[in-house]
Amino acid sequence: MTSTPVASARAAPFPSAPQWRRARGLLRSWLPHLGWTIVSVGLFAAIWELCWYFGWADPRLLPPPHVFLSDLTGQAKFFNTAQRWQVGVDSNAGPSPAVAVLITILSSTMRVFAGLGLATVISICLGVAIRYFRLIEHLTLPTITLLAPVSPVAWLPVAIFLFGIGNGPAIFMVFVALFFHMILATITQIDGVNRNYINVARTMGASKWQIYRRVILPAILPGLLVVLRFNLFGAWMVVLIAEATGVGFGLGQVIMMARNTFNPSLVFFTIVIIGLLGFGCDFLLRQIQRRILYWLPNRTAGLADV
Amino acid sequence: MSEPAICCRGVGKVWAAGTERAHEALRGIDLIVEDGEFVVVLGPSGCGKSTLLYLIAGLEETSAGEIAAHGVPVTGPAPDRSLIFQETSLFPWLSVWQNVSFGLSLRGVGKAEQREISRQVLFRTGLAETFDKRPHELSGGLRQRVAVAAMRPKVLLMDEPFAALDVQTRAKMQGFLLDVWRESGASVIFVTHHIDEAMALADRVVVCTARPGRIKDIVTIDRPRPRDPFASEAVALRRKLTELLSAEVDRAFAEQENVAIA
Repeated sequence: MTSTPVASARAAPFPSAPQWRRARGLLRSWLPHLGWTIVSVGLFAAIWELCWYFGWADPRLLPPPHVFLSDLTGQAKFFNTAQRWQVGVDSNAGPSPAVAVLITILSSTMRVFAGLGLATVISICLGVAIRYFRLIEHLTLPTITLLAPVSPVAWLPVAIFLFGIGNGPAIFMVFVALFFHMILATITQIDGVNRNYINVARTMGASKWQIYRRVILPAILPGLLVVLRFNLFGAWMVVLIAEATGVGFGLGQVIMMARNTFNPSLVFFTIVIIGLLGFGCDFLLRQIQRRILYWLPNRTAGLADV
Repeated sequence: MSEPAICCRGVGKVWAAGTERAHEALRGIDLIVEDGEFVVVLGPSGCGKSTLLYLIAGLEETSAGEIAAHGVPVTGPAPDRSLIFQETSLFPWLSVWQNVSFGLSLRGVGKAEQREISRQVLFRTGLAETFDKRPHELSGGLRQRVAVAAMRPKVLLMDEPFAALDVQTRAKMQGFLLDVWRESGASVIFVTHHIDEAMALADRVVVCTARPGRIKDIVTIDRPRPRDPFASEAVALRRKLTELLSAEVDRAFAEQENVAIA
């Protein structure tokens, strides 16, 4: 720690004036955003509550928010991650309800990001390779296009054959559901790169490799991040399907149990959690997008400002 | 005995040759551009003038004839023949100085040296304050000035570079381009469909026919710059160029109508 002056200046107890101004500006730009989010969700909940109030929605089938959010600790008990199918495990065994909810959430999130990360890295590499080497295109593209329309559900037995039970099949499911589409999206992005950029680089004497690394890769990055955001939602959908069948615990498993035990409150409670998680992940990705795509003016940063 | 900067002999180009979408863009272009000469190619839209630049730049292959740059046959793009487009000649993900030194970075020149050379180039062209900016932070005119400054070629090829700019900016840019041209001693081949632009810039104006593009006439302008666009010679010249061009514009329109009917 030789650079303490810099470090201590950064960690000053009182933020300097420009920092305050920045924080205030940030707050001001976020408040309407936050406000409208609350209004939007509130409106949806209010309509639901009204339907319940007038007796149109049976609370045993469609419990309104105030019902399914009333017994949080009770609901949390169902997230028990103890492996109850194993012989000799007591029904009260396992971590406390709050910890169980956390473990469930974290394991689902981990599966989403592991699958999404793998699919992103491999599909971008392969997509670029397909455009770079004709031979790779000829060898792989027909198969990829054939497999792209196959529903993730069809991969479910394959996932279990290959990986049994646990994290493996869930990650594989997320991966396989996104992989083919992301390859095709990468190729589309490469084909859509403005010819002028490539021609400018060519006139400056760039080699094929330099054109790919220095021009095509940065040029497709904005589009790829939009693709990534769309596929993030896809990943959340698929992980639920995978968890519902093959994995010991996770949000999908909770939904499945809620279905089997006829517990609509638990279903909606879990849906709320999934919604919040998806929203949070999307927010995170948007922040990353803004960081990486520093060169795009804010207003036209693809979907960054939607 | 110096070779001409660019020598085109019987150059022709057919796009999508051999398919049913094939169409002939250029036919039998014979054009010699001397070292340090400013040539403007004037023609109706879609007459293949841009195609000619792409061929000279080496970005596309000729279908007929041959092109030589300083006596060496053109087989591909090279840093001494640079093409400036109407838009997007700068990479938006690089800062201005990184754009200027992009060509150097391709050749593995060190970062510090790149910065230094960019700084000098931008300073010389009066763009020093744009050094650390990003292209999207600059106006369209400034962007094109940086694009021109980034290139230090022997032959500068420009494809309607100022078409997206407003009239006042365009006049300024023409002055800037003439300064760069005079200082660098490069040859310029400049494509436009604006008669006034051609008259302000050119040593020689090459008037092209409608598709397929052929050379209809070459008009030499022997007046010192900056040129008064309202001088009596200018009026006569404008009339001549307008007549040459309007006949071709009519033909281009007639052809488009035929295509639309068929």
